[in-house]
Amino acid sequence: MMAKHKIVLLFPAAVVEQPFLYHLVKDYNLFVNIIRANINPRKEGRLVMELAGEQEDYDAGINFLESRGVTVMPFEQQVKWNEDRCTQCGACTVICPTDALKMIRPEMIVEFDESKCIVCEHCFKACPARAIVAHY
Amino acid sequence: MKVSKTYEEINEKISKGDAVVVTAEEVITLVEEKGLEQTAREVDVVTTGTFGPMCSSGVFLNVGHSTPRMRMSKVYLNGVNAYAGIAAVDVYLGATEIPEADPANQHYPGEFNYGGAHVIEDLVAGKEVRMEAYSYGTDCYPRKKLETLIKLEDMNEAFMFNPRNAYQNYNVGVNLSDRPIYTYMGILKPNLGNANYSTSGQLSPLLNDPLYKATGIGTRIFLGGGTGYVSWYGTQHNPCANRTDKEVPRAPSATLSLTGDLKGMDPKWVRGVSYLGYGVSLMIGVGVPIPILNEEMLRSAAIKDEEIYTQIIDYSEGFPFGKGGSLGEVDYAQLKSGKIIIQDKEVPTAPLSSYPKAKEIAKILKSWIQKGEFLLTEPVASIPSVDSGKKMKPLKIRCIEEKEEFDG
Repeated sequence: MMAKHKIVLLFPAAVVEQPFLYHLVKDYNLFVNIIRANINPRKEGRLVMELAGEQEDYDAGINFLESRGVTVMPFEQQVKWNEDRCTQCGACTVICPTDALKMIRPEMIVEFDESKCIVCEHCFKACPARAIVAHY
Repeated sequence: MKVSKTYEEINEKISKGDAVVVTAEEVITLVEEKGLEQTAREVDVVTTGTFGPMCSSGVFLNVGHSTPRMRMSKVYLNGVNAYAGIAAVDVYLGATEIPEADPANQHYPGEFNYGGAHVIEDLVAGKEVRMEAYSYGTDCYPRKKLETLIKLEDMNEAFMFNPRNAYQNYNVGVNLSDRPIYTYMGILKPNLGNANYSTSGQLSPLLNDPLYKATGIGTRIFLGGGTGYVSWYGTQHNPCANRTDKEVPRAPSATLSLTGDLKGMDPKWVRGVSYLGYGVSLMIGVGVPIPILNEEMLRSAAIKDEEIYTQIIDYSEGFPFGKGGSLGEVDYAQLKSGKIIIQDKEVPTAPLSSYPKAKEIAKILKSWIQKGEFLLTEPVASIPSVDSGKKMKPLKIRCIEEKEEFDG
């Protein structure tokens, strides 16, 4: 059975320089598709990616990451759109690069489609009401 | 004109619960279906609405006297400076004020996460606010400093007084430069990356009453979820802007100065907002009722997005340095479609003013009137209109020459 998920990896500063993805591909036979990465020497790193492979390999790969101190989080809960705080203005909709935040027309209602979000975080500060926040 | 109604007649119907009230959106289809005359006979009031950032807003507060008494000369609410250059415990808290310790744009673009508008929202939400006050001390007001917590209900009076709200039309902001810019029109991406606009178009109060026949000094309105009034025409009131044949300005024109009791407001309609790299502003809900006294007023109130035009302005050089004029004219139907064409390029658009919230305001005001809770007021005086000759003047910077006081 195949497994395919979007995940977010948090690398503690101590391990950020290790070649994790090399191991995922070579030792666990997994497909990696990097969506977004913020990796700097000796600083905590963050990587958003899609990981796919046989379920057994997938689970082993995740175990490998966690055993090395990497935090693995489901991608979907990374960005939270707080509908109550949203003023329904629309300022975010031209900033979001993937249309995850988009305007339903002609009603002009703002909607957030989590599955399209790549956690680029551009909306956090583009939202005047600060209604979109990180959840990590 | 065949239809002629008075404020008294309409108010009588409102009091009886018989008034026919529709929103400025609903009236469009009514006029299309039934025609102007028939609709003018049937409809008594058209309600408008807008919910957008309005920087020129603030509140007068009387925080009450302490024992011993204090003539407060510096006052901070949650770290935000409120102007205390008025009577002992009266202050004015402006929406755009930021805490003195805020790094502002020193770390460009600054985030401006908290400021006067957020304090106002917190007060309206009933939250405790930390107040610090300082004074030089006088015989009658000996106390020199105090620190306390205060809530809106603790204050004697708290009323909003906004020098400039409800702009009649506004620019579309774009960026012709090759770097992102951070403006009061939001983030504008380089090379015409987006076009931001900020009115509710066909629902906007003054776009439905282009010659201010219903809206004048003393007009009772929806303000921040409570009842407010038009207190004066607003700053930068510019009624002589270029107009369409339907008398609707093609560029920023009239403005209103509004006032209302803060204690009657709802935090849903009084929201502190932060514009990256620019500052803090207040999103405030405003709704103005328009009595349909005759066909002419109905014709104006039935205006559609495609009949309202505005100008596209470059905020990288055009606006800040007064270079060049409009990059073109678009209507609000085009703006609301999600893209417009500028210099042969398809540019995505975004509003900063919420259309669905404007509609909600128009509906709330409609329900107040239908229930007989909100009567209309005839303006006690008009605000300057197209015949006033009033125009917005730029500031001319003059050379201040040294006075030759000692030259015999």
